[in-house]
Amino acid sequence: MPTKLSVRGLSKSFGAKSVLRGVDLEVDEGKSLVVIGGSGTGKSVLLRCILGLIHPDAGEIWIDGEDVLKLPEAERPRRRRQIGMLFQAAALFDSLKVWENVSFRLLYGERMKRDLARERAIACLAQVGLPPEVADLSPSELSGGMQKRVGLARAVAADPKVLFFDEPTTGLDPITADVINNLIADRVKALGATALSITHDIASARKIADDIAMLHEGCIIWRGPAREVMSSGNPMVDQFVHGRADGPIRMALKAG
Amino acid sequence: MNPVRTIGRGTISAIREVGRISLFAAQAVAAALTPPYYWRATLSAGLRFAFNALPVIGLTAVFTGAALALNIYDGSARFNAGTFLPQILSVSIVRELGPVLAALMLSGRSASAMAAELGSMRVTDQIDAMSTLAVDPFRYLIAPRVLSTTLMTPLLVLVADIIGIYGGWLVAVFVLDFSGPIFIGNIAEFLESRDVVSGLIKALVFGFILSTMGCYYGYGSRGGAQGVGAATRAAVVASAVLILAANYVMTSFLVEV
Repeated sequence: MPTKLSVRGLSKSFGAKSVLRGVDLEVDEGKSLVVIGGSGTGKSVLLRCILGLIHPDAGEIWIDGEDVLKLPEAERPRRRRQIGMLFQAAALFDSLKVWENVSFRLLYGERMKRDLARERAIACLAQVGLPPEVADLSPSELSGGMQKRVGLARAVAADPKVLFFDEPTTGLDPITADVINNLIADRVKALGATALSITHDIASARKIADDIAMLHEGCIIWRGPAREVMSSGNPMVDQFVHGRADGPIRMALKAG
Repeated sequence: MNPVRTIGRGTISAIREVGRISLFAAQAVAAALTPPYYWRATLSAGLRFAFNALPVIGLTAVFTGAALALNIYDGSARFNAGTFLPQILSVSIVRELGPVLAALMLSGRSASAMAAELGSMRVTDQIDAMSTLAVDPFRYLIAPRVLSTTLMTPLLVLVADIIGIYGGWLVAVFVLDFSGPIFIGNIAEFLESRDVVSGLIKALVFGFILSTMGCYYGYGSRGGAQGVGAATRAAVVASAVLILAANYVMTSFLVEV
């Protein structure tokens, strides 16, 4: 399998606080990697750097053999057409209807006709288990789990080749979380896409990952197949996946 | 605390802010003038902006015109010039008060609304989400607002001019015993088109200022609800101050002294 996504020596500091200290990651085509780690370990920053929303201080990010940080500004939209992202709180556009959210990229990025885009949106909603009646609702009328589904439908609407998930199950009840996990695994497989997720939910990670990596204090400290995460032999991974307060990891109580 | 250092820091950060705002304004103009265009968003932003602002513009103008008529009459009657009320009133409104008061009301109403809306979108990741969907937020969110506000503000100022003069007319006819038709006739004879046009040119610039400030502070807001509140306040203050400063600069070019 060729490498689809590769991160080399990624570093980022905010003021005096260094959040990422040389992260190296590789994801093979069609595989799903989940990065786990506690709050404040730099997971979100890592994801935002890869998405091009934050500019890292040092390091390289390669997608499909292209260093995306060196791409000229004009090339960025073309690159972004091949990625899909599900945000933690879904980040739906609250001024638009559900179907306009789902086909936002088709409507405003590719200027597809509205009736055609609407049909596509309804098909995408069906793939995440939502009936066509939802299409004309406004996002604020939906429950958290339904918003996540719509966010997933929006992320996959343009058949992206690389998918990113930011804490896909945070804030959901265990049953809804499992439904979302199944949908994610199902969609990623159906698209044949490469996926990178960040989460601190071990159940979710084991469900959607081929491989799991653990980020701690801005570095990847462990990586292995998902089935080995519960018996990694690494004391820090052990403490995290079993949720123990005592162990080598001391959680900072103060932010920043 | 070293006072020199404090002053230096303040100066540097002020200059930095001016630079950032200028860069933002230039980017907004570039996005508004180059494709892809979002006409639907521009049209709906423009209509919403103008239509919703009409009541506040109308009320501001009618009361200002009425109060102005009383003041001008009282003042000019001291040297027996009370009959020049229509001329003085109309030139004050179309050249100065119409544009400035309308723009200040629009700062409070629309610049704040833009800052709050874009700020909420920023802190709920909607702006980042838009980037990942291959749609440039500058083109989809900012260019339509700046373009439509800049073009619609002169229209609103024209409405403010007419309603303001009408407010003065009401007072002149019903309180000061002027003849209605002669009042209008005097204005029509006296007012030059450059009086009105200079006010509309000001309005164009004010519209650009208030929409750019609303978008700049909203787009850059950070840190949850408190950040959105701070962005809204900063947008209103910056836009009001810049409008008043720009008004003086433009007036000094527009009058023939």
